[in-house]
Amino acid sequence: MYQYDSYDQQMVDARVAEFRDQTRRRLEGKLTEDQFKPLRLMNGLYLQLHAYMLRVAVPYGTLNSTQMHMLGTIADKYDRGYGHFTTRQNIQYNWIKLEDAPDILADLATVEMHAIQTSGNCIRNISADHFAGAAADEVADPRPYAELLRQWSSFHPEFTYLPRKFKIAVIASETDRAAMRLHDIGIRIHRNDAGELGAAFYVGGGMGRTPMISPLIRDFVPLDRLITYAEACLRVYNRHGRRDNKYKARIKILLHEMGAEEYASQVDAEYQHLLDTGIEPPFAELERIRAFFADPPFVDGLGDDLDLSDQLFAQWVRQNCHAHKHPGYLSATISLKPVGGIPGDATAEQIHLMAELAKEFSFDECRVTHAQNIVLPHVEKRRLFALWQTLQAAGLATPNLDAIGDIIACPGLDYCSLANARAIPVAQKISQRFADSGKGDRIGELKLKISGCINACGHHHAGHIGILGVDKKGRENYQLLLGGSEGADTSLGKITGPGFDEDGVVDAVEKATDVYLARREEGERFLDTYRRIGMEPFKEALYG
Amino acid sequence: MVEQISSTDSEWAGTDDVQFRFRSDEAVDHPAVTVDAFVGQTNASAVRVEPGDDPRDLLPHLGRIALVEVNFPSFGDGRGYSAARILREAGYAGELRAVGDVLIDQLSHMRRCGFDSFAPARPLDEDDAQRAFATWPEVYQAAADTRQPIWALRHGENAGG
Repeated sequence: MYQYDSYDQQMVDARVAEFRDQTRRRLEGKLTEDQFKPLRLMNGLYLQLHAYMLRVAVPYGTLNSTQMHMLGTIADKYDRGYGHFTTRQNIQYNWIKLEDAPDILADLATVEMHAIQTSGNCIRNISADHFAGAAADEVADPRPYAELLRQWSSFHPEFTYLPRKFKIAVIASETDRAAMRLHDIGIRIHRNDAGELGAAFYVGGGMGRTPMISPLIRDFVPLDRLITYAEACLRVYNRHGRRDNKYKARIKILLHEMGAEEYASQVDAEYQHLLDTGIEPPFAELERIRAFFADPPFVDGLGDDLDLSDQLFAQWVRQNCHAHKHPGYLSATISLKPVGGIPGDATAEQIHLMAELAKEFSFDECRVTHAQNIVLPHVEKRRLFALWQTLQAAGLATPNLDAIGDIIACPGLDYCSLANARAIPVAQKISQRFADSGKGDRIGELKLKISGCINACGHHHAGHIGILGVDKKGRENYQLLLGGSEGADTSLGKITGPGFDEDGVVDAVEKATDVYLARREEGERFLDTYRRIGMEPFKEALYG
Repeated sequence: MVEQISSTDSEWAGTDDVQFRFRSDEAVDHPAVTVDAFVGQTNASAVRVEPGDDPRDLLPHLGRIALVEVNFPSFGDGRGYSAARILREAGYAGELRAVGDVLIDQLSHMRRCGFDSFAPARPLDEDDAQRAFATWPEVYQAAADTRQPIWALRHGENAGG
């Protein structure tokens, strides 16, 4: 994985010093809260309901064990002994003191980490396929391109005060595991007919209150023009994105109002202009970065056989492991969704354990997924049972990846100052209900996502079942959506009808799954059945 | 030092208000006019660009411009950064002045986008400002200043896309 050189380290250190100075000026009253707010946000620091929340960047979700250990140490030293992995592959801490924040950033900098641009109206931390470098179906490792973009977007002088936040995801396989088309820019690395690698740019996707799936803006940008094209995309947005209404300020609204063709044509004009300005790093820089992402020393000649005689182990392998490009290896997902637990939360102890396992079993590497789980990307099949036993003993072997218990939920009204309703207790109740009844195992793949307000941090639009918490005359109320998906077949969920109270929505989810169980045909997932039979049978069961 | 300027005073475009200037030529001493007025007024040499203006409207006239003021009515509106770079990329070599809600923590980025003078609506603390101009030991991107990006330093002088 990528390692800082002295330049990268200098930049992160400079940022820590800058933020320490900004915090000092704020505490001395030289900066008003309005002036300080965007500055602290660009260092990941939010003021939430009960305390400051710090969001730490995990570029493209990749961590080594030293970094993972540091995340555990911070949880213990500055928080209440846990952290929360997020839907953008980051981690956030919910109980931070403002005066500690510069010290936390300094601690992070010692392990080549930071909280740069994890919030604010700027280019956010770049996300990527969590199986990058391991997946059997990728044409290239997407992370070198994400790293190139990370450096370009860090402290970008022109794009630090955009109309609104800006999220970029990079993938390099047909199967989209990063919800790429629900980002402001989604980049898919692929090969053209001549066999050359290039980047397809999808622009203007997003969730929030106006969910949109991004259109393809340009099919093939040569790899030695990536930065120039991205710069053109951002400049058109910075100049023409709406600034009169923060709810209409995302680039998806610009594309919607301007039209994708007109946007593409303006970007192309800007791109042609920028080609002559010398802003593109040399190809040697991309090659330098790529070298860091070379395959780890995989052992050749390992068998692919697995002893699946242990039923629980077999279930975990089927549910939580993913095919690897190298024979004899698998990618294993550690579910952070124990039955009845808080989705994405991990204790300092668990974080340290996962760090040790990454070191022992996966070439010192782990990944954060946008579904709020942790992946050990490169595990030898012959050692998988030993890994599983350790996870099992630590309560980290819940076999529920992509099942109904693998719920994505935002922090909701338990923490967030924007939320209208709690998300965590709803997730806990659903998880518990389906585990107790055993229905969860019968249902198979069902992606359930919960947001505590229309900002959609819990990705409810993209859930096979989505739940949106709203405020209804001072009471928490939950709308149910069906039919969303974030994968290659991206679609947006539709609202079933009137909302439910907290217990009511748990019942409603069960009713919806009962319709599926009664109506499914051979091999159909919940989503497939819904797409075949439509909304009516579900409405009938829910409201009939 | 400059005088404190009240936020209700709209006629403050004179050189007296410039707190930081990175040029050695004489400053323009007459007020800047709007982009619309400038395009039709052939004797003006100073123009003021508002966030909604298209700086490319000025490109046919660069030869007669000595001063472009780019107004930041609010520091959170970042259109002025693009305006500045567009002018510099087109070869504009005259004074490029950031005016309005110009604060300490935006100075280094403004400088990188090509601004070479600064007239904040409220004067800035000199020490804080000097520290802010020197925030970044190196830079990751090519922009409108002459700084070599880190990628160029890594790969030697002949680097460049």
